[in-house]
Amino acid sequence: MINSSSDNVKKLNSINRRMFITGSLKFFIMVGIVSRLFFLQVKENKKYLTLSDKNRIREWKLAPVRGEFQDYFGNVIAGNFEAYQLHVIPEQVENFKYVIYRLKDLLELSDSEFKKVLKKKKEIKPWETLIVSNNLSWDKFSKINNHLYDLNGVKPVISISRNYPFDENFTHIIGYVSQANEQDIENTELIKKNFVPGLKVGKIGLEKSFEEKLIGTNDIERYEVNAYGRRISQLEFQKGKKGQTLKLTVDTEIQKLANELLKDKAGSICVMDIFTGEVIAMHSSPSFDPNLFVFGISQDNWQIIRNDPMKPLLNKTLQGRYSPGSTLKPIVALSALENGIINTNFTVRCTGKTELYDQTYHCWKKEGHGYVSLRNAMKMSCDTYFYEIARKLGVDKLSETAKKFGLGKKVFDNLFEIEKDGLIPNTQWKKNALGKGWLLGETIITGIGQGYIQTTPIQLCLMTAQIANGGHKIYPKIVIDDKDKIKPSDYYKPLYKNSRNIKIIQDAMFGSTNEVMGTSYRSRIDNPKYQFAGKTGTAQVKKITERERELDLKTSEIPYEQRDHALYIAYGPYVNPRYALSIVVEHGGNGSTTAAPMAKKLFKLIIDRHEMRQSINQKKYLEI
Amino acid sequence: MYQHTRLTNNNFTFFQKFRNFDYILLICILLLGFISLATMYSTDGGKILFHTKSHFTKLMVFTMMMLFISFINIKFWFSIGYLSYIVVVSLLVWTYFFGITSSGSKRWMDLYFINLQPSELMKIFIILCLAKYFHRMKLENVNSVYTILTSLIIILLPMGLVIVQPDLGTSVLIAVSGIAVLWFAGINHKYFIYTMLGFVISLPFVIAFLKPYQKLRVLTFLNPDKDPLGAGYQIIQSKIAVGSGGIFGKGFLKGTQSYLEFLPEKHTDFIFTLFSEEFGFVGSVVLLVIYIIIIYRIIAIGANSRSYFAKLFCYGFGAAIFVFIAINMSMVLGLLPIVGSPLPIMSYGGSSMLATMIGFGIVMSARVHSQQLIA
Repeated sequence: MINSSSDNVKKLNSINRRMFITGSLKFFIMVGIVSRLFFLQVKENKKYLTLSDKNRIREWKLAPVRGEFQDYFGNVIAGNFEAYQLHVIPEQVENFKYVIYRLKDLLELSDSEFKKVLKKKKEIKPWETLIVSNNLSWDKFSKINNHLYDLNGVKPVISISRNYPFDENFTHIIGYVSQANEQDIENTELIKKNFVPGLKVGKIGLEKSFEEKLIGTNDIERYEVNAYGRRISQLEFQKGKKGQTLKLTVDTEIQKLANELLKDKAGSICVMDIFTGEVIAMHSSPSFDPNLFVFGISQDNWQIIRNDPMKPLLNKTLQGRYSPGSTLKPIVALSALENGIINTNFTVRCTGKTELYDQTYHCWKKEGHGYVSLRNAMKMSCDTYFYEIARKLGVDKLSETAKKFGLGKKVFDNLFEIEKDGLIPNTQWKKNALGKGWLLGETIITGIGQGYIQTTPIQLCLMTAQIANGGHKIYPKIVIDDKDKIKPSDYYKPLYKNSRNIKIIQDAMFGSTNEVMGTSYRSRIDNPKYQFAGKTGTAQVKKITERERELDLKTSEIPYEQRDHALYIAYGPYVNPRYALSIVVEHGGNGSTTAAPMAKKLFKLIIDRHEMRQSINQKKYLEI
Repeated sequence: MYQHTRLTNNNFTFFQKFRNFDYILLICILLLGFISLATMYSTDGGKILFHTKSHFTKLMVFTMMMLFISFINIKFWFSIGYLSYIVVVSLLVWTYFFGITSSGSKRWMDLYFINLQPSELMKIFIILCLAKYFHRMKLENVNSVYTILTSLIIILLPMGLVIVQPDLGTSVLIAVSGIAVLWFAGINHKYFIYTMLGFVISLPFVIAFLKPYQKLRVLTFLNPDKDPLGAGYQIIQSKIAVGSGGIFGKGFLKGTQSYLEFLPEKHTDFIFTLFSEEFGFVGSVVLLVIYIIIIYRIIAIGANSRSYFAKLFCYGFGAAIFVFIAINMSMVLGLLPIVGSPLPIMSYGGSSMLATMIGFGIVMSARVHSQQLIA
């Protein structure tokens, strides 16, 4: 008994001792757990809170609303319209098969369209939106709305999309938008930032150049999501900013007239304010409907546009490089005057052809013009006279003057990435580019705007404007921008040595249009309000052979591709001039018969609208 | 005379027993039950759904059972010490052959009205069995080879049966329960130290024998960021939940991590994560304090018991409960690799709660019958 009780005491001592050891161990473990809790929940709380929010909050970006384009008078020429779309969230549809076939019936979807929709459905998660149709007509849209009762999960949605109300009229200025592709996203940081599936971005023209101003910012929806990415509740809606509205200098009415005049022809018309450099109209024909591209162009339409022999995709005003032909003569004459090669009394006898350096150079008039002075040579566009002064002047001096007046250089700098430089040749250029010496014969034909020389219609327009404003430098513009208020330091700087020389050229151009024997006399307007001065041009596309010269074919008898380009440059009104224009009609035959009559119609409208334009200007100043 | 005393004793005891109840322990257990119910309600997304209802039913039934157990004399529990062990071992054998397979392991047996996990019961009954085994043993015999071998067999047999299920976590916890009793029974320190050393040395070899998913768990524990969406997902999300709770928590029913289903197994092993996210550091510490009070009461009851068996059981059970809590919390806090181990009472799961409540019941019985001597 004693033994047993002493054993019990020992046992109790042992167990209590061990209990004590265990207790201390427990204490340390508890301290460990509590300090771990403290570390996670108090010290590192911020970090884990952020991680938790990152887990649960997800942002959905919506397509931003694109800025508009307006013409000078505030008419919207590229706007936004409400596109009627049909969205389906597959998960919310009880019987997807039934609904989708019902929609196919109602929307009259073709089999290929239908297959596309089914394919898209497979690619998305069941709670994501399936866009069945992105631009429904109002008829179909209302039809769907009437049938909504048995189309559970189908959502008619009004979404905002690009619209060009004037169809093909502004395509070559504004360009068009279409779905952003990988390249767009890679090249432009802002597109990357604002990208949402289905985002439309500018592909060419000003839509592309001003992408960063137009794009706007996304609406952002913040949702709480669960571990599987399903939206649970909306936390926030952050309204995005609409893109900037850009105002252009163009006048829609004149633009429309230009489009009409060039209907079924290939060519370009551009009109410019000779003081401000504002482009009033700039059209390249044929054009195409930019609305076709907004939701992706169909293969058929694309093939039609692409395979058109008149090349609608080419912006002829900026990209088209033409020999200026006789429209260069004012510059040749001016250069000769400025360099003191000739004076107004200088006379040349034109016999219809002239032999120089073992080559025969023909004047367009076979029987010749007889004795011609500078004024008459310009008026009747005598080639022989200009062969002679070009020979005396030399190509280097000529090219210097031509460049000064804006030829051979991009007019809009980098505004349009497609714009071409053209080419004003000189001896140095030929040596560098072709590795050959300049031939004197080449100077001779450069004198009538043939040979290597290439100019774009917009350059011809700028050249004309700078002659019209008395020989002052201007910077053409097409977008009205606040930063334009700061004029470049050489703005309106004289381009002449002697202003009398400019007057002489202006007077000669007046004669060419308004006096008997002038090449564009038939297109004149006698009313001084509309009276304009101009110079015709006919640019050969190929060398005329002796045989063809003898045949003397009419334009209609020559195959289309071999017909001459018809050109015309003009400015008006002659007293107090304000506007200059250039017209190019590809394979139009003859400047005086094809291009000049267009100028007549254009000037009537341009000058009629002048006052309206001025009143807008004044209003603008009043607002300030 | 003896007969008479017993009768009067019995008549008297019903009220006596009530008076002898450890009310602090009871209140703490009920409080814990209430907290676990609220947490379960939160895991159901703030609605009374399946888990809440089921947990509530179990809580009611098992609390009643605990009270019932506490009225039964501690002598009875002493007497069924071996028997209960044998019964549970047979259940494990039964499970091995006829158990229900779920998520790759055979842990449950179908009792028609309830699916029982015998391995959970073993956590308690191994304590009962070993406490009985050491009750009458003289201290000088405790460290005899025979005793040590016998007790090792008692521990290793159910461990083996659980490991083959396979369920490493529970088998480790069974071992812990058993070893706790051996420790209190007075087995020489050096055995524990040797075992520990041996375990550390053999660890690399043990790892080599682990199943691929177990190996992955260990690797994940060492570097959870290696595969954040795969193996490391649980522990990363768990840490985010706890960490984002802050000092006062996100508020009841506002735990975004669990509500938005980022937390895996939030009903069972990771329940503490959810609680901690919603009630923060303060709530977690309060919960810990409740657990500590429970453990303290258990130990106090053991200390006040006259019988060595009751003492051994209470100390062993207290230590085991502590280890269960510590392992579960360390696991969800990223201090230990993930092993399946529920948080007593808090976690959803009938077998675990049944076992814990039986344990509490026996402890309570020891308290009620604290003056009972066991020959």
